[in-house]
Amino acid sequence: MNRIKAFGAFWYDFVVGDDWHVAALIVAGLALTAILVHAAGVNAWWLLPLVAFAALGWSLHRATARK
Amino acid sequence: MNALPLILTVFVACAVEAIEALTIVLAAGITREWKSTFQGMAVALVVLAVITAAVGPAITYLPLTALRLVIGALLLIFGLQWLRKAVLRATGYKALHDEASAYLREVTAAETAAKESRRGVSDWYAFTLAFKGVLLEGLEVVFIVITFGANQKNIGAAVIGAAAAIVVVTVTGIAVRAPLTKVPENWMKFAVGIMLTSFGTFWGAEGAGVAWPGNDAALLVLVPVVGLVAAGYVFWLNSRKAAPSSPARESEAVPS
Repeated sequence: MNRIKAFGAFWYDFVVGDDWHVAALIVAGLALTAILVHAAGVNAWWLLPLVAFAALGWSLHRATARK
Repeated sequence: MNALPLILTVFVACAVEAIEALTIVLAAGITREWKSTFQGMAVALVVLAVITAAVGPAITYLPLTALRLVIGALLLIFGLQWLRKAVLRATGYKALHDEASAYLREVTAAETAAKESRRGVSDWYAFTLAFKGVLLEGLEVVFIVITFGANQKNIGAAVIGAAAAIVVVTVTGIAVRAPLTKVPENWMKFAVGIMLTSFGTFWGAEGAGVAWPGNDAALLVLVPVVGLVAAGYVFWLNSRKAAPSSPARESEAVPS
């Protein structure tokens, strides 16, 4: 059980890293982009870069404002 | 896309990983025993080869759109992690990665560990140290090679970039017989973070159904824009740090 936990923890740390909020925002950004493109017919190429920059900024703010 | 940017991006990313693996291998080999160190390296390389052989071809069977969506997302998340650490290091919120101090830490730990023979390996500590170092850094190399190569349908070019990086770092390491402390590793990581984030954004959005203005040429705009935004964050954090009433002054130690 411990080995499975360690294996899962390794992959979580490898992919998601220090701030899971970034990963969650990127997944949400991709989902929203897909919805805009396929359901609303909007070529939302600008959305993912904006989400990525906002996620990075928010994560940096959280990391540096933490005591 | 031309294969050259792909090869160069993979080369720089893999060189960073190879430098970190070299530091660990040198610490194990010089302070403990080269034979067990090489055994650990060899077993790690076999494990990496098996993972690459299993995952690499399987991933290329996925439809390109699904591949770009999944790999773009992973690459973007991975790239933002690198960029976040690079910005924190550039602004002093996180200690700079220093191969000399990493080497000293490994050497100190290796010198105090007891020598134990296990499973036909004369020095188990040197074996496991080399195995873990090469496997963990190698997994990042495999991840970069597979994601970049599969997305561009050019695994060969990605492998060339990675192999060249490993050869250059290994040969240089053998020549100087010391960790490569003179390499501007933190700036290389900053550059790799920018590239991973740009490619991840490009492929992820394409996978979600977006048509980029200018197609592949959009990357020529995206890469400098990501670089400018990252530089902007460095400027922002530095100016916040300089402000006397800033609460950020108290948070110098950010967990890695």
